[in-house]
Amino acid sequence: MVMAIFKPFKLDDVRDALTALGIQGLTVSEVRGFGRQKGQTEIYRGAEYAVSFLPKVKIEVVIDDGLVDRAVDAIRKAAGTDKIGDGKIFVHGIEQAIRIRTGESGLDAL
Amino acid sequence: MIRKFRDAATGLGVAGAILLPMAAWAADEKPGLDTGDTAWMLTSTALVLMMTIPGLALFYGGMVRKKNVLATVMQSFAVTCLVTVLWMAITYSLAFTSGSSVVGGMSRVFLAGMGLDSVHDLAKTIPESVFMCFQMTFAIITPALIAGAFAERMKFSAMMWFMGLWAVVVYAPIAHWVWGGGFLGDWGVLDFAGGTVVHINAGVAGLVCALVLGKRKGFGADNMAPHNLVYSVIGASLLWVGWFGFNAGSAAGASVNAGMAMAITQIAAAAAALAWMFAEWISRGKPSVLGIVSGAVAGLVAITPASGFVNPTGALAIGLIAGLICFWGATGLKHAMGYDDSLDAFGVHGLGGFAGAILTGVFTVEAIGGTGKKGLIDGNPGQVLTQLWGCLVCIAWCAVATFVILKVVDVVIGLRVTTEEEVEGLDINLHGETVH
Repeated sequence: MVMAIFKPFKLDDVRDALTALGIQGLTVSEVRGFGRQKGQTEIYRGAEYAVSFLPKVKIEVVIDDGLVDRAVDAIRKAAGTDKIGDGKIFVHGIEQAIRIRTGESGLDAL
Repeated sequence: MIRKFRDAATGLGVAGAILLPMAAWAADEKPGLDTGDTAWMLTSTALVLMMTIPGLALFYGGMVRKKNVLATVMQSFAVTCLVTVLWMAITYSLAFTSGSSVVGGMSRVFLAGMGLDSVHDLAKTIPESVFMCFQMTFAIITPALIAGAFAERMKFSAMMWFMGLWAVVVYAPIAHWVWGGGFLGDWGVLDFAGGTVVHINAGVAGLVCALVLGKRKGFGADNMAPHNLVYSVIGASLLWVGWFGFNAGSAAGASVNAGMAMAITQIAAAAAALAWMFAEWISRGKPSVLGIVSGAVAGLVAITPASGFVNPTGALAIGLIAGLICFWGATGLKHAMGYDDSLDAFGVHGLGGFAGAILTGVFTVEAIGGTGKKGLIDGNPGQVLTQLWGCLVCIAWCAVATFVILKVVDVVIGLRVTTEEEVEGLDINLHGETVH
């Protein structure tokens, strides 16, 4: 499974890049967090407030092991802006996948 | 303003003589009444009411946190209703009937004797009912402004008691001193539309409230960012438009003075908005939306006492100076002193009102203000001192009386909500409702 966290405005680009690889589905969540980008500062009439957590999107996509490298590459290209705060990609294994409607399992379920 | 009314009345006499051949057409009118003046004052009254509801309600409502929006707009609305009833019952009489030089009399208690034919001495060309309503809208916005200082932490019951007492004990006498035939008017203090009576008064009362109630829980540590600045932009814009009724309406008629007051008001508001915006841009790196609208309000506050007495150049200067002073008040002074004037009732209205009152003494010119009204630039430096004395008297009475009222209300019912209610929000705890 590939999980990626990146800037919200790049979501459509990432989706397009992944569907171009033939990937048939992914899950999106709106999340907040911080990394090296830290937060931002808002100032209202001289009162400064640090915004500690910035909004990001997280996608989770379960794919055949053979596609993982190409998928990671596609996400990097589509989500990257070369600036701090672009996000991260995590890859980990999945024990089993089952399609609820038919009961198919393994690669057939993807 | 008193002298302004007298000048307007004299002007009407001349106009009346010119219009003598049309006397048959005017036969249905009461002697001295002017339909043009009356129409403009009806309009002005509606404009000034609009400043409080919804103008000020939205201006303040947008600046608080989401859990306190309804409680904040409720304050403006409830004060509007409360002051209206009090004005009818007693405060109009205390402010605007002849009594002593300190307070008016009781002859208009419950508006006794005010009929269709009644005319007030200060505005002889309009019905007294219109004069009474116009002045009422000033009495409404003044206490409503104070609420900015104690936003997000005062009990609603305590707020109602405080506002009611304050309207009678502080607003009515000060309005009488300056406009109603009291001693400040006799001293020659110039306050065209309420810089002292409305803005210094509300600002100083706000500062006392902020000090007596103490800071909001988490002040300086928690994120207290405004929940919706679009509300504040709408509110500030309604205030700006309504201010034409406030200042140009204070000419008490559809006169040349009203026209000039409108022009001057617009110039000062825009100048102060730019001054605040550029000051913030230079010192903090970004021109903020809250900054530019706050600057506009600061300019409107400062030009209020001067709006019938200065020329357009004076208005430009007053706007620029007030924008910078109020920027410092809301972003520098407050944080340096550490008080929690939550929405800057003192920083904008107190400081802006004071700056405007003093600058009125500087920039008043006889060519606009009328015979005998001269400021520093017109060769009468003494006017600055007169203005200063007027301010100090009002500040002293307002501060002392506000403090006493707060202490009394605190002892009897308590001023602040509990910490738990404050953290959870006033909307759900005081009013049983939440916004969207």
